[in-house]
Amino acid sequence: MDQPTTHSTTRPHDAAHHEELGFWRKYVFSLDHKVIGIQYAVTGLLFLLFGFTLMMIMRFQLAYPGRPIPFIGGWFGPDKAPGGIMLPEFYNQLGAMHGTIMVFLGVVPLAVGGFGNFVVPLQIGAPDMAFPKLNMMSYWVYFLGGVTMLASFFLPGGAAQSGWTSYPPLSVIAPTGQTGWLVGMIFLITSSLLGSVNFIVTIVQLRAKGLSYMRLPFFVWAQLVTAFLLLLAFPPLEAAGILQLMDRLAGTSFFLPSGLVVTNQVLTGMTGTAAGATRAGGGNPILWQHLFWFLAHPEVYVLILPAMGIVSEVIANNTRKPLWGYRAMVYSIVFLGFMSFIVWAHHMFMTGMGTAMSAFFQTTTMIISIPSVVILTALLLSLWGASIRFTTPMLFALAFLPMFGIGGLTGLPLGLAPADIHLHDTYYVIGHFHYVVAPGTIFALFAGIYYWFPKATGRKMNDVLGAIHFWGSFICINLVFMPMFIQGLGGMNRRMYDGGMQYAHNAGLLKWNIVIGFAAWGLGLFQLPFIVNFFSSIKWGALVDKNPWQATTIEWSAPSPPGHGNFVVEPIAYRGPYEYSVPGSAKDFTPQFEPERA
Amino acid sequence: MNIPYTVEARPDTGLPNGKLGIWLFLASEVMLFGALFSTYILLRVGAVEWPHGELSVVLGTINTIILIGSSVTMVMAWASLKMHNWGRHRLYLALTFLLALVFLVNKYFEYSEHLAKGEGPWHSTFLAIYFTLTGLHGLHIVGGMIVMAYFLGPGAKMWKTEPDRFANRIEYTGLYWHFVDLVWIFLFPVLYLL
Repeated sequence: MDQPTTHSTTRPHDAAHHEELGFWRKYVFSLDHKVIGIQYAVTGLLFLLFGFTLMMIMRFQLAYPGRPIPFIGGWFGPDKAPGGIMLPEFYNQLGAMHGTIMVFLGVVPLAVGGFGNFVVPLQIGAPDMAFPKLNMMSYWVYFLGGVTMLASFFLPGGAAQSGWTSYPPLSVIAPTGQTGWLVGMIFLITSSLLGSVNFIVTIVQLRAKGLSYMRLPFFVWAQLVTAFLLLLAFPPLEAAGILQLMDRLAGTSFFLPSGLVVTNQVLTGMTGTAAGATRAGGGNPILWQHLFWFLAHPEVYVLILPAMGIVSEVIANNTRKPLWGYRAMVYSIVFLGFMSFIVWAHHMFMTGMGTAMSAFFQTTTMIISIPSVVILTALLLSLWGASIRFTTPMLFALAFLPMFGIGGLTGLPLGLAPADIHLHDTYYVIGHFHYVVAPGTIFALFAGIYYWFPKATGRKMNDVLGAIHFWGSFICINLVFMPMFIQGLGGMNRRMYDGGMQYAHNAGLLKWNIVIGFAAWGLGLFQLPFIVNFFSSIKWGALVDKNPWQATTIEWSAPSPPGHGNFVVEPIAYRGPYEYSVPGSAKDFTPQFEPERA
Repeated sequence: MNIPYTVEARPDTGLPNGKLGIWLFLASEVMLFGALFSTYILLRVGAVEWPHGELSVVLGTINTIILIGSSVTMVMAWASLKMHNWGRHRLYLALTFLLALVFLVNKYFEYSEHLAKGEGPWHSTFLAIYFTLTGLHGLHIVGGMIVMAYFLGPGAKMWKTEPDRFANRIEYTGLYWHFVDLVWIFLFPVLYLL
């Protein structure tokens, strides 16, 4: 039985139970996880483009400090860039907002909100998420958070300018934009919390018949662990955000130490202390760092785990082999999630928190690298002896492995306190985490877009444009981030609005700023084929049937695109997720949802 | 299209969706208040001197009793539903709402006493953390009251159409309400007594 009944090429319009909804309920305030997933993904992609544009503007300032920004310099007005020349304050705003937008408004919404929403219910054979209304609400709260962040550029004094980490005391005494940032973050955190509850309940409760935990696709495991990280790590940042809002608006000093002097004035406004009687101690700026990194280190894994999940799916599909060491990968990712809660203070070796604390956190940091290496090694070994199909998603997935490898390995010296003291706050750090997030996570997200695009639209994206997008991006992105290691090892600090030229020791490193600048603008150009491909393929891409990649997981048993309620026939999982090239089988893939071996 | 397990429990997990959802939500709430309690500990350990006797233990004790009482009435509201006694359910749910309101009125008197002296959260680190913790807890009380008002008002008609689902909703509201009560059980000694 090569052709089970589910292999018909019915379009969703023919599928039964299709209720007609008006435009607003169908595309804007939709309760369908697929529409919400696409909303998240498109919004996330737009924010990624916007955040990247901020960086392209900053890169001009770094390459040519003090020169007017070409073409668009006149847009920013005299309080940001008089005569088109960027003010340091404006550079700081761009820097803080680049980080915030890329992490909280771009990558996480795309990886978790977008792919999680669209793919997870399909992969577990569920008709929708467990709480569709909550799902819609998460998207719109995220949207509000995004609007708040963008609007903060127009507040007096501009947007937040204390870095994406918002360290006090600078952030507490910064202009109004910081309040906008905090309010925006509270929206985004709320959205993530609602989303993560929904994901966990969906994965635990709505798995199809026969889909036991060890038959879950690795992507679903990655999303499950990610959801737990979001659920438990975000609330402390919400608490910290509330405390910082209190500091800014209600005159408390949770994060301002007593006797802080700003422009020759003692700042602390505690009436109780000013009266001479010390009623209670002053605040503690390090407290913010603890609360912030308690979120932000798990957040790093929120960025990388869904990417690992996507890459695993694409690699298993294009090597036509089962994933090597699936169980070990699952145990590793769960352990990784757990460990990510007890490594946060490796961001704080320079705060003087003491050698005992440093020793603890550098030990846990070394331990957490083990499960990451296990997963990466398993993926690498999955390639061994395979006849690989070099499809566009596979190109991105293959590039993910060495890129994430570079990002991960360069992180080890930063996790060790003695080496970190030299490298802290230099461009080395920037190079390290961008290798993880940009050619790592974002390449994996591109792989996911090319891979699941046929499921979402019923059409394939163009492979020639895909190849141009891939090779151009791959070369440019390495030219952007590799020189940063050289600059960082040479001692060039991050967050310098003049590119570091005020320090003599940077003299030999400044030329790299020009290389990085051109590479970044080139990287921007090479995203054009993707944008063209994305939109033109919706209309003109090659039509595909249910299972164009000949994949094994359950989402490929639904029509492309799936109708409301997803499946025509209720799917049942008969076996594990990656039964490729089963000996004795007629074809080289045996889907989870097909009853018997051919 | 119907989402499975909205009312009945999934056999292998033993839970309906909503119950797992509310427990996960409460787990995140534990982390939220946990972070604030940690802040309290850190600030207090770092303080040269910590004020005592700034708050009225009498008012605090009364509020503790009120909240514990409201937890009891909340359970009774759910149990009455399970015994299909609609009238008793209405009574107990309304009573829970009322007790929550009394708690807030009491809290209003406490707040205004401090503010009348010009001692807001800006006055000292103690009052800063006091107003933040009790303010956030108060917001949770208000949130619970909104949900209860919904089930006393427009949400009540679900009892006619889907009684099991309605009973589940009251149960989840109760779980949340007990959590809010529990936070206060921690707040009271930490802020009023220690």
